[in-house]
Amino acid sequence: MFKWIIKGWSDVRASLQGGRLAGVLGWQDIRQRYRRSSLGPFWLTISMGVLIGALGFVFSALFEMEVADFIPFLTLGLIIWSLMTVSINEGCTAFSDSEAMIKQIPLPIFTHILRVLWRNLIIFAHNLVIFPLILIAFGKPLTPTAFWAIPGIVLLVVNLSWMALIMGTLCARFRDIPQIVSNLLQVSFYLTPIIWMPELLPERASKMLLDVNPFFHLIEIVRAPLLGATPSLLNWLVALALAMAGWIGGLVFFGRFRSRIAYWL
Amino acid sequence: MTQIILDQVSVEFPIYNATGRSLKVQLMQSATGGRMNANRQGRVVVQALREVSLTLREGDRLGLVGHNGAGKSTLLRVISGIYEPTGGRLDVAGKVTSLIDLSLGMDAEATGIENIYLRGALLGFDRRWLTGKISEIVDFAGLGDFIRMPFRTYSTGMQMRLAFSIATLVQPEILVMDEWLNVGDADFKEKAERRLNEIVDKSSILVIATHSPELVAQVCNRRVRLDHGALLDD
Repeated sequence: MFKWIIKGWSDVRASLQGGRLAGVLGWQDIRQRYRRSSLGPFWLTISMGVLIGALGFVFSALFEMEVADFIPFLTLGLIIWSLMTVSINEGCTAFSDSEAMIKQIPLPIFTHILRVLWRNLIIFAHNLVIFPLILIAFGKPLTPTAFWAIPGIVLLVVNLSWMALIMGTLCARFRDIPQIVSNLLQVSFYLTPIIWMPELLPERASKMLLDVNPFFHLIEIVRAPLLGATPSLLNWLVALALAMAGWIGGLVFFGRFRSRIAYWL
Repeated sequence: MTQIILDQVSVEFPIYNATGRSLKVQLMQSATGGRMNANRQGRVVVQALREVSLTLREGDRLGLVGHNGAGKSTLLRVISGIYEPTGGRLDVAGKVTSLIDLSLGMDAEATGIENIYLRGALLGFDRRWLTGKISEIVDFAGLGDFIRMPFRTYSTGMQMRLAFSIATLVQPEILVMDEWLNVGDADFKEKAERRLNEIVDKSSILVIATHSPELVAQVCNRRVRLDHGALLDD
């Protein structure tokens, strides 16, 4: 098992050292998608903004929430969720989409996962532009606790990367898994407080629904500080534990099957 | 020291048919205790290379010949490090560069310049170094102002010329090729031949798969024949 960790890690390390390539490819994906469009990736920002506007007013009325509290909450929730879900979904197809490249150029294979992550971080940055606008619109301040969001994002991405790595490897072999994953993620969207606030839950249900939901903790480490709340120790501990366990498990799995990926494609 | 050692290298490809790839079959197998194995698993294994042993040292120019499907391309990919052998031992000392699909990763909508950077990044070139080479690339490909136009507006010949001009900036230790590159019109062909010969001369080991006996006679100093994945020395 230790052998596999070393094998997996040497690939991951080589990918990180050559990270510039993943950067170039990730940017290229964005450029390719929005070439000849005058607004480019800001179309994402706009459509996210429209979605937030519509959902915001409907749900705050439905749940009788204060708009000024609910809309910033919803904005961050949707933006972070979209980073998570798209990274995992695209992680599933990271290797099969890069088949031609994997079979021609002997690159460290984690490069293709990095490319997916980088691409989605660029999109995340474009979406994030909405948040300060929302804060201004509702006259909300950004408190110094907001800085906690930075390590929060780093930890979130560390977690997303092992998820994408495992999924990419698994899906290279079993081609139905992407469907299952996207279905599960869709269900998780409703189980995770994104379009509803945790306060709405009765005490007992909240323990059961929230504490066992890894996505909740991962969202909270980024969202809570930006909304001015002190980060909860539990959120951080769960996110850290997930990152550690996930990466160890991910490296064992990836190291074991890394050399098979080219054969499976 | 640059060298390649293959010791009884075998490569087996699992062939997954449409059902074999899906999770359903695996789950059903365990549910039924593997009885369906024999006819339902559909796991056909193709042996692409069979116990190939070969040692290449500095100065070797190896011509790889054999019928279609004899395992030439697979062997090239094994040497490149793309397929890890399923049996035997492989030891490659030196950086392997393959000149196979020259336009891999190029984007039709991007301009020639953007494609130089894109393709260059894939080939592992440093961005700043590449910037210094741009005029040389454009001159060599004879593209002039077209370099600022989208790649899709190029004729096939121009596309090939640009891809060739970028790819042949490599300074390989071990050079791997699938057939000799044939590029462009008569004018360019001569230049391209010269450039290619320079690269081959500079590389310390060359492995080329080909169907052409003339090429082997011209470029190579060693030749092996692959037949059904097995190596026949001649």
